[in-house]
Amino acid sequence: MYKIAVTILFLLCFFACKENDFKKNPEAENNGIKGIDINTKMVFIQGGSYLPFYGDAKKQVSVASFLLDERPATNEEFLAFVTVNPQWRKSNVKRVFADTTYLRDWPSDLQFSKDQSGDAPVSFVSWFAANAFAESTGKRLPTLDEWEYVAMADEKDYNARGKKSYSDYIISLYLKKNKQLEPVKKSQPNAWGIYNMFDRVWEWTDDFNSVLTTGDSREGSYDDKNLFCAGAATSATDVLNYAAFMRFGLRSSLKANYTVANLGFRCAKDTNIITK
Amino acid sequence: MKRIFLVLMLASLFLSCVEHKNKNAALPSDSIFNLTSSWQNQSGDTLQLKQLRGKTLVVVMIYTSCKTACPMLVANMKNIEKKISPAKLGKTSLILVSIDPETDTPERLKAFALANNMNAPHWIFLRSDEKSTQEFANVLSMKYKKISPIDFSHSNIISVFSPDGQLVSQEEGTNIETDKVAETVNKTVAEN
Repeated sequence: MYKIAVTILFLLCFFACKENDFKKNPEAENNGIKGIDINTKMVFIQGGSYLPFYGDAKKQVSVASFLLDERPATNEEFLAFVTVNPQWRKSNVKRVFADTTYLRDWPSDLQFSKDQSGDAPVSFVSWFAANAFAESTGKRLPTLDEWEYVAMADEKDYNARGKKSYSDYIISLYLKKNKQLEPVKKSQPNAWGIYNMFDRVWEWTDDFNSVLTTGDSREGSYDDKNLFCAGAATSATDVLNYAAFMRFGLRSSLKANYTVANLGFRCAKDTNIITK
Repeated sequence: MKRIFLVLMLASLFLSCVEHKNKNAALPSDSIFNLTSSWQNQSGDTLQLKQLRGKTLVVVMIYTSCKTACPMLVANMKNIEKKISPAKLGKTSLILVSIDPETDTPERLKAFALANNMNAPHWIFLRSDEKSTQEFANVLSMKYKKISPIDFSHSNIISVFSPDGQLVSQEEGTNIETDKVAETVNKTVAEN
């Protein structure tokens, strides 16, 4: 009797421990991002300096030269990404990385909505998902400064912020409904040769969370400065640029696992080229 | 007698395995332990967040060279420590995560811990690389920006996580009610 008891206990113990070791494996496999081969054309962006919409007034921020995807990432490309990276499929994604509306309109894990073109920008993706996609293509998300630097251009000039038409035109694009369902590259590129900065989706940036503003504040002075360490170092510089204000408002309301109908992303990359 | 002792030994071994197994049970989908980044503590040990599983966590992000709000946040954390009942403190980790990993080396974090009398085992200081730090800040919905080589502006948030890494509460601002946070911790420990 005693021997049987000891044997049973020993076996139980063995299996209890054994199961642990076994369970570790699937987790480990899920960690790495597998690469995908996507050849979105990248445009060389000559570095320079610009005045951010939010920041220390009159303090120019320099932006180093970099490469930027000419258009946002598309449904087709995101499908290729989740195909080889199962942990980013709709049914597998962890809530900490993407909320419940992640890829909302995809009827299944490996299928995007019939109502959307494969060439339309992917949306309902979180910052974490955008980041993982970028990593799988050997790229990264553009920084907020990089994105805004390119966003100063209209079809003719690299910096169109001085023109009255510039902000009005962007606002008119922002007001269009369901524009994210249409294919990319149907409109004119800006002076850099970059498409769809304003007319398809809002875009995640790498450091979207770096703007220290809260609530409904149109000027920095209304912020609750107590919420931030050194928060006084930030405030609006260009109150006429309402389009930029809208972008900053959106960014400050986002959390990294949020997914939104008209929020997508495009990728960027460092470059060694100094001048073109 | 000896036999009973042996059986008890085996039984306890078995139970320790069962406990271990619980720790390896599937993580909740919204758990911060799903992050796979690797971190260093103040002793220079490398670890993953999931190794912190099993205790209630109180988490704040700071940097040691900060002269403004961070000392206040550190004081808040020490206040919370005092208000957690001693029996529950053993089931709690108070975690300070550096937003300035370049400056805040393990040695520096260790020195900071010593200088601030935060040597007890429930104090954990963590640093990682910039990418993982940013990812972690995003999980906490914390905003931060490097505004000069030595200064960061950042939001002041103290978060409480369950032993499974699920967010229980967040307090924001410089006037954090430490009573409230400690109460949440006591409650979370009791429930788990």
